[in-house]
Amino acid sequence: MSHAISDALVVTKRQWLQLIRVPEVLIFSTIQPVMFVLLFRYVFGGSISTGIPGVDYVQLLMPGIFVQTVAFTLAGTAVGLAEDMQKGLIDRFRSLPISRGAVVFGRALGDGLLNIVVLFVMGLAGFLVGWRPDSGLFKVMLGFIFLLFFGFAMAWIGILIGLSVRSARVANAAVFIAVFPLTFLSNAFAPTTGMPRPLQYFAEWNPVSTMVAACRELFGLQNIFGVTANSWPSQNPLEMSLIYMVLLMAIFVPLSIRKYVNVASK
Amino acid sequence: MSSKATTLNTVKSVIAEDLVKTYDGGKVRALDGLTLDVSEGTVLGVLGPNGAGKTTTVRVLTTLLIPDSGRATVAGIDVIKQPEKVREVIGLSGQYAAVDETLTGWDNLIMFGRLYHLSPKAAKQRATELLEQFSLTDAAKRPIRTYSGGMRRRLDLSASLIVKPKILFLDEPTTGLDPRGRQEMWGVIKSLVRGGTTLLLTTQYLEEADQLADDIVVVDHGKVIARGTSDQLKRQVGGERLEIVAAANDLAQVKEIVAKVAGGNVSVDEGIRQVSAPVTTGSKALIEAARQLDDLGIHPLDIGLKRPSLDDVFISLTGHVAEEQKPEDEGEVKARGRKRKK
Repeated sequence: MSHAISDALVVTKRQWLQLIRVPEVLIFSTIQPVMFVLLFRYVFGGSISTGIPGVDYVQLLMPGIFVQTVAFTLAGTAVGLAEDMQKGLIDRFRSLPISRGAVVFGRALGDGLLNIVVLFVMGLAGFLVGWRPDSGLFKVMLGFIFLLFFGFAMAWIGILIGLSVRSARVANAAVFIAVFPLTFLSNAFAPTTGMPRPLQYFAEWNPVSTMVAACRELFGLQNIFGVTANSWPSQNPLEMSLIYMVLLMAIFVPLSIRKYVNVASK
Repeated sequence: MSSKATTLNTVKSVIAEDLVKTYDGGKVRALDGLTLDVSEGTVLGVLGPNGAGKTTTVRVLTTLLIPDSGRATVAGIDVIKQPEKVREVIGLSGQYAAVDETLTGWDNLIMFGRLYHLSPKAAKQRATELLEQFSLTDAAKRPIRTYSGGMRRRLDLSASLIVKPKILFLDEPTTGLDPRGRQEMWGVIKSLVRGGTTLLLTTQYLEEADQLADDIVVVDHGKVIARGTSDQLKRQVGGERLEIVAAANDLAQVKEIVAKVAGGNVSVDEGIRQVSAPVTTGSKALIEAARQLDDLGIHPLDIGLKRPSLDDVFISLTGHVAEEQKPEDEGEVKARGRKRKK
């Protein structure tokens, strides 16, 4: 058991070493979200109304972009694993006397931890363009910890995708199809109240939305919901998000480990 | 059959019995009742063309793939029932260099050392030793992607030797290497074998099996179709051939002489202006032919005795050449080969 943890940490460390050896990966994976911050802040920000008097768009936008970015963690996870498979590295790992979950757990943890750097840089960029959370340091930190857990939970979806596709390119495409609708059919960038009624249910209860709502709460903002305003998930986005994360992991951790164990047996 | 391979009191490090693995609902039979064994301290060469089932065999024996049926043990441990025990005693170096290319050679060896549960200190010590042993010390701190093909393979091999495995599996260790890289790799493998490592090696190069293996099994369409030492296999095909290459206008006379010396069964290849025939009297036939040619004032461009190569063995066993060079459907064969490897 102690080996299982140390094995996973070796795999996690490998990812950090990769970042040191090829720093471009880290640079580009932070430039992209920062670019989103600037684009939404200055391109759409002027025309999207927050619906809350005295609150700038940037205050609503930042939690949305944080959640979107950590949700997309799973793209890197899926692509990285698919590459490892293609290159035969997964075969090598599977021929070693290590615990079954070590490689995938180490991967999810490594990608989850990468978000520390990404969130830090984004937070800084947000601050520069006017983001000012006013709920106090403790709650803001709690929000970021929450985001890190969400990234870790989402990474497991990436693991299953990465182990299931034939190439890194397919992994990338598959991830976009899975995650893009989730992040845009949500409250992340625009109030859901402007969407068609049936869509509002999805856009307010989807895990990305409850996460965004939870972060907004922790950053001291008021949430505005449409049709689901009085429902439990909308009233308790933090709890709902926790339930989603537990559910995600309860489904995807066992599936991913099983996939890893049998991965080449097709 | 090799007497050496069937001697009863040798310890078998690897046994595979009747392995079957099918894909696409039984349409593709990657393994079709494959049976082989490796005696302790010997090298078994598994020889066959692309798609013959070599890689699938290695994947089953190294616990990466569960066969549909059949039985296999490695160091006496059942690969299907106790895969985790098998993993403790084997080393595997695959067809593709299965190391992390973005990391340095040093990073890789430390990572694999730690995954073999060496302490940080022991992992460092072992990495230093292995880099030295495989002449990679100077490249230790460079990312693998800057390595030459040969260096990459050596590093891959060294990663499979971290805990001195009882049995080593090398899946096409020199495929894709240039001649120099291949020679280097052969040197490395030979020195391992001298150290007493039990080795199962797959290859599509007949020369490689000839150079490295004590015993050879020839695999085609998922089955073993012949087994023996390289000499035994060559003997199966027949003895020596007398071959003479001469000027085009001398060919008729040369043919007559060869027919006399060899006693018939002469074949003439006009394209390369070569006359050849099987002979039983060895160098005596060669001298006799040379004398008669000289008497007629014919000076052949080349004259010699040729022992059959493993290529000849392969063709006579399978009816096709090892690399499956059929120009009309080469594309299809390649595509199939690639798919099969996945």
